[in-house]
Amino acid sequence: MSGNLTLAIVAGVLVASGVYLLTERSLTRILIGVLVMGNGVNLLFMLAAGPAGNPPLLGMFPTESMTDPLPQAMVLTAIVITMAVSAFVVTMAYRSFQLNGNDEVSDDVEDRRIRELAERDDVSDSYEDTSFSDAGEDMVSE
Amino acid sequence: MLLSLIALHMVLGMGAAVSVRLLGRNAFLLVAAAPAIGFGWLWSLAPAVIAGAAYVEIAPWIPSLDVSLAFHVGLLQWLLAMLVTGIGVIVLVYCRWYFTRPPARTLGLLVAFAGAMLGLVTADDLVVLYVFWELTTVFSYLMIGHDSSRRANRAAATTALIVTTTGGLAMLIGIVGFGVTTGTFRLHAILATEPTGPAATACALLMLVGALSKSALAPFHFWLPGAMAAPTPVSAYLHAATMVKAGIYLVAALAPVFASVPGWRPALTVLGAATMLLGGWRSLRQNDLKLLLAYGTVSQLGFIMLLVGFGTQSAGQAGLAMLLAHALFKATLFLTVGVIDHATGTRDLTKLSGLVRKLPVLAVVAGLAAASMAGIPPLFGFVAKEAALDALVRVAIDSDGTGVLPAPAVLLVAVIVLGSMLTAAYSLRFWWGAFGYRRRSAAPTIVKHAPEAGFIAGPALLGVSCLVAGFLGGPVTGLLESYTSAIGVGAHPHTLALWHGFTTPLALSAVALTGGAVLFWQRDVVGRVQGTFPQVAAANDFYRWSMRLLDVLAVEVTARTQRGSLASYLSVILSVFLLTVGGTLMLLPVWPDRLHAFDTPAQVVVGAVTCLAALSLITVRGRIRAIITVGVTGYGTALLFLMHGAPDLALTQVLVETASLLVFLLVMRTLPKYFTDRPLHSSRWWRMLLAISVGLTVTASILVSTTSRVAERSSLGLEKAAYEFGYGRNVVNVILVDTRAWDTLGEVSVLIIAATGVASLIFLRSRVQRRPPRTRATNQSSGAWLRTTGALDPAARSLVFEVVTRLLFSVMILISLYLLVAGHNSPGGGFAGGLVAGLALMVRYLAAGAKELEDAAPTDAGRLLGTGLFVAVGSAAMPWVFGGRIFQSYDIHVTIPGLDAVATPWGVVNVFGDLHLVSSTVFDIGVYLIVLGMMFDLVRSLGAGIDQHAEDERTPLPRPESTTALSVSARQNGGSR
Repeated sequence: MSGNLTLAIVAGVLVASGVYLLTERSLTRILIGVLVMGNGVNLLFMLAAGPAGNPPLLGMFPTESMTDPLPQAMVLTAIVITMAVSAFVVTMAYRSFQLNGNDEVSDDVEDRRIRELAERDDVSDSYEDTSFSDAGEDMVSE
Repeated sequence: MLLSLIALHMVLGMGAAVSVRLLGRNAFLLVAAAPAIGFGWLWSLAPAVIAGAAYVEIAPWIPSLDVSLAFHVGLLQWLLAMLVTGIGVIVLVYCRWYFTRPPARTLGLLVAFAGAMLGLVTADDLVVLYVFWELTTVFSYLMIGHDSSRRANRAAATTALIVTTTGGLAMLIGIVGFGVTTGTFRLHAILATEPTGPAATACALLMLVGALSKSALAPFHFWLPGAMAAPTPVSAYLHAATMVKAGIYLVAALAPVFASVPGWRPALTVLGAATMLLGGWRSLRQNDLKLLLAYGTVSQLGFIMLLVGFGTQSAGQAGLAMLLAHALFKATLFLTVGVIDHATGTRDLTKLSGLVRKLPVLAVVAGLAAASMAGIPPLFGFVAKEAALDALVRVAIDSDGTGVLPAPAVLLVAVIVLGSMLTAAYSLRFWWGAFGYRRRSAAPTIVKHAPEAGFIAGPALLGVSCLVAGFLGGPVTGLLESYTSAIGVGAHPHTLALWHGFTTPLALSAVALTGGAVLFWQRDVVGRVQGTFPQVAAANDFYRWSMRLLDVLAVEVTARTQRGSLASYLSVILSVFLLTVGGTLMLLPVWPDRLHAFDTPAQVVVGAVTCLAALSLITVRGRIRAIITVGVTGYGTALLFLMHGAPDLALTQVLVETASLLVFLLVMRTLPKYFTDRPLHSSRWWRMLLAISVGLTVTASILVSTTSRVAERSSLGLEKAAYEFGYGRNVVNVILVDTRAWDTLGEVSVLIIAATGVASLIFLRSRVQRRPPRTRATNQSSGAWLRTTGALDPAARSLVFEVVTRLLFSVMILISLYLLVAGHNSPGGGFAGGLVAGLALMVRYLAAGAKELEDAAPTDAGRLLGTGLFVAVGSAAMPWVFGGRIFQSYDIHVTIPGLDAVATPWGVVNVFGDLHLVSSTVFDIGVYLIVLGMMFDLVRSLGAGIDQHAEDERTPLPRPESTTALSVSARQNGGSR
């Protein structure tokens, strides 16, 4: 089987642009990155499916000349799901803008707190010192 | 019988909530039946077991690992099981009075613990033993932490759990080691082979670690005083009478064979003696009666462990006698503390005074038990201690077959006498503290409620047994005979008795008692001396230090690996991709040579445009521009699909691209025009490098994989099947609605979830909008193109758009229906149809706003989604109802006479006369409805919903030509000014 250089390069370029955008901070840009990358990956499916051919419509074209229909069905699913998910992400961007005045994905606050703890060589919040006094009031429970 | 007994305990434990609700406090009496039955059954075994026989019960469990539910009740097991069940009954009955409000949790755990403990002391298979061992640990953990809102309970429970499971894990290694080296997990089989060698030594010592941690020997002792945070009956049962005896049981079982392995006897002797002194010493400092007893328990456990692990006949006999004595007196004393606590509300011996008058029966009972603990004749504790001293004196005289050197042996005797002195002292301190008078003038403590008879029946029974057993030295000797004689080392011991004549042990006992009395008499001096002892780092501190270290380590590791930045996580993932896939490519010996540049020249043109659009995205700063540019790549991809022979994909891609473009624009109109500026720092170049590398790897790997393909495609023959079973000519559609319909069902569920998510992010509270009653005639003016435009601001209206919308809407709906119906045989289908219908709705919204959308939509978006899912699932399940398989397709031909051949001026035309219906079309109708519902939801939320937000000024206002926005509060303040 022969490889189609053009499609492979287009897919590679789409994925590369997607990767660059994906590592941005703006949620809109990340979303655009996902979309571009998604297009690239869908092209990869087509490439992997085999050489170009006739549409898989029975009765219109000879069966041998048809392209592989299975990856097409998968990609079709992927396209529609991408749309639904990207609509959700864009809504998140809007909501983030509504709440914070921007659509940036900020670093996790909890993780930053853990980093600060680590710099101080401190313990985590869930840590409890397990000391018992020999006859402390603390002991008498029930 | 044993298995069903244990199961009975567990069932009663699980039903605790129900029995407490039905019976209240009396539920304790009900569950006491389980250990009572066990006790009765064990009693019936007594003659056989005392004669040296064993009860064996085996049920298969994991045959492949040679693990079975094997139980082997010899004398040692029988003795422990008698204690577990007997004291279990007493404690459970006692709980009936102890708890004013019966805690179902503690009740359930207590009886389940009794079952697990019974299993522990009778299990022969070491794996099963380990399971019960850890079960008791877990139950203990849960009962210590009965009040998880208190820090002390949590800390104590966690410490107990961690310390004992750490030891338990060491033990597990030992068990597996024994299993591997001897080929069996059966304890008595392992003991019968008497394994020797370094491996056996290591395994035995590892098991010893587990036993030491469970029985709270130094350096593991510190968890036991903490465990006193549990309710007193629990402490009495678990942390005095039974669970802490598990380690002693194990050592007693192993000692006859393993006492002479290197390291065993020195370790046990040193640790046991040290624990005895440490516990006794610290016990003298406690003011809480329960803590005093807890340290006393630590001390006694050290003593008993030393005896049973010593491995001579007389030490073994004395050890078991001490074990029995300790179970009796310590349970009594704990239960006494419970009664005192219950009656007076305090356990502090500096506050209690004069209880001997108020609670005389209890004082006598506790007196018996305390005397037994101190080793005062004629109680059983004295008898046992005499035997113990005798066993050790023998070692000091002629090493008793153990090879222990004289000097250490004498030292050991001295230490034990010293320990007994401390024991006598804290016994007196306990009794005097609980019942005596503080000062002559002090008023006696007020007893709020006098204990009922049933409450003190248990402690009384146990206390009296301490006395009675003292006179039963002979029978007890006979009872222990089969265990004692099985030990190969040492001379045969004397009969247990109160009087052996004037012997060395008697003299030592006298010394211990006198010393104890002096220590008690001079307790103020002792206290002062204790106060002068320097505080040294102890095992407890080591534990705290290591727990803290663990936590700090966790913080450090988390801080290093969990950066909290999305970009850095993605970079790690992509770097792994580069490393693995790219690395594999590097190792390729031969690169593909069968490449062709393009299929058609048009492909190159479209590809070039797509690439340019994608690359320009990197520098685009405007939001709208970015959205449109990404649309270009999408349309380009659609064209490439078409050229590749995938019209269905191309159609769907174009529709999705259009719909997404509109949806994005609806949102982007409210956001600032430009992306936030980011300072150009070095990370940009790294990201570019990463992106280029990933792109190259993708291109190279797809070329390599497509050209090296040797297998036929897996969908071969699907074309034939599509027509024969799916009755459709469009293979892709048949795959979607028939062959892989489950996937599609999952996919449409995702659509519903996403649509619901979008709606809930916009409307926040309820997805159901208050739908105003339909006003059909909003726009009365006859010349209007759309019904609701009359309400709009004239400046916002576009007549051309209205006209086009009016003309286009019906056409689009028709096209969508055509795509839906035709999809089975030619490009189209539910997805494409739904998208077209959704676009039609969107056009209506764009032309005339939210009201027009409401007017155009047939129903609520949620209902559309729900109906769609119902139809889809219904069509999937329907064949099953009629005896077919889920998602089976049926073919229906309908010919409508007259319509199949309509004569027209252009010839004979078939107008839907010859309908070829396939049942899976119904599934596609469901898909259609769901996609339409999703589109409707998106327009409703992101169009009308955002309009509403803007109207209410609930969104920040973007500053013109800027990346920033005016915040909502600033906006509202500005508005009010």
